[in-house]
Amino acid sequence: MGDRPLKRRLIQLASALIYNANMAGFGKGELYRGATKGLCVPGLNCYSCPGAVAACPLGSLQNALSRLPRKAPLYVAGFLVLVGLTLGRVVCGFACPFGLIQELLHKIPTPKIRKSRWTRYLSWLKYGILAVFVVAIPVWYAWTEGYPLPAFCKYICPAGTLEGGWSLVAARPEYRGVVGGLFGWKSAVCIAVLVGCVFCYRAFCRFLCPLGAIYSLFARVALVAVRVDKRLCCECGLCVERCKMDVRRVGDRECIHCGECRAVCPKNAIYFGREKRICQPAEENGCSVSER
Amino acid sequence: MTRKNAARLLIAAAGVLALAAGILQGDMQDTMRKAVRLCLECVGIG
Repeated sequence: MGDRPLKRRLIQLASALIYNANMAGFGKGELYRGATKGLCVPGLNCYSCPGAVAACPLGSLQNALSRLPRKAPLYVAGFLVLVGLTLGRVVCGFACPFGLIQELLHKIPTPKIRKSRWTRYLSWLKYGILAVFVVAIPVWYAWTEGYPLPAFCKYICPAGTLEGGWSLVAARPEYRGVVGGLFGWKSAVCIAVLVGCVFCYRAFCRFLCPLGAIYSLFARVALVAVRVDKRLCCECGLCVERCKMDVRRVGDRECIHCGECRAVCPKNAIYFGREKRICQPAEENGCSVSER
Repeated sequence: MTRKNAARLLIAAAGVLALAAGILQGDMQDTMRKAVRLCLECVGIG
């Protein structure tokens, strides 16, 4: 059981390296221009990052929405639906480079902000950001101005600032002359998010990430997920207590399926994978609600 | 078939159809064109 977090960390690291396989780009400050840039990756990874070898689904979605009413964003929508249906927020737990960065920052030993009723309320904010910055503003500008405005990328996305903005400004001196107020704003947002993650576990994912919000809509139907074998579960609540996300139950919209709850389950009732598992009859497992 | 599996099937069909239609209408090339050019405002440079 002890090697599970390590396996997840290795998968996170591998996905970050695969998404950003154009390592030479960081030194030159040049974007990758190969054919794979037409494909989206499932996690949040800025396509203006010099290392990126594929496209960010959120950036692609905003730009596709900017082509309305001429073209519907079918390709990105279909991609997000299929990823949501197969993996859902497993992507957040295993295949998001910015999630990895946040988790590593949270390892810095400082006092931590624990989840509470207030963080649970804040977790709804990401749906507002999805509706306003990813959908409404790009669609509004496309319809009224005929101008593409990827509002989430432009005003909020800390992954774009960290992976794209800062690395390009560091590598290309000519960009230093054109940075202005927007760069200052986005740098401030990025620093606030990164510092916030030191004190609050995955603060960006929990409160701000619209991609996590999209995938969370598939929580009930996603094929791969952390699940609870109801016949074994004794409803002790240790899994929810252990979880650092704002979950109310294992596998709900806030669950990123990291599987850390499996280590504390006294009945080994939590498993990772598809539904349906042959389980022992409830009367044989010896647990009851009274064990709470 | 359970209701959940029926819903999955419908969602999968919708996803595959949307993806295929998107590829046919050239969305992949649009994504590619956007992703290979540096978007200065997207990364906050200007």
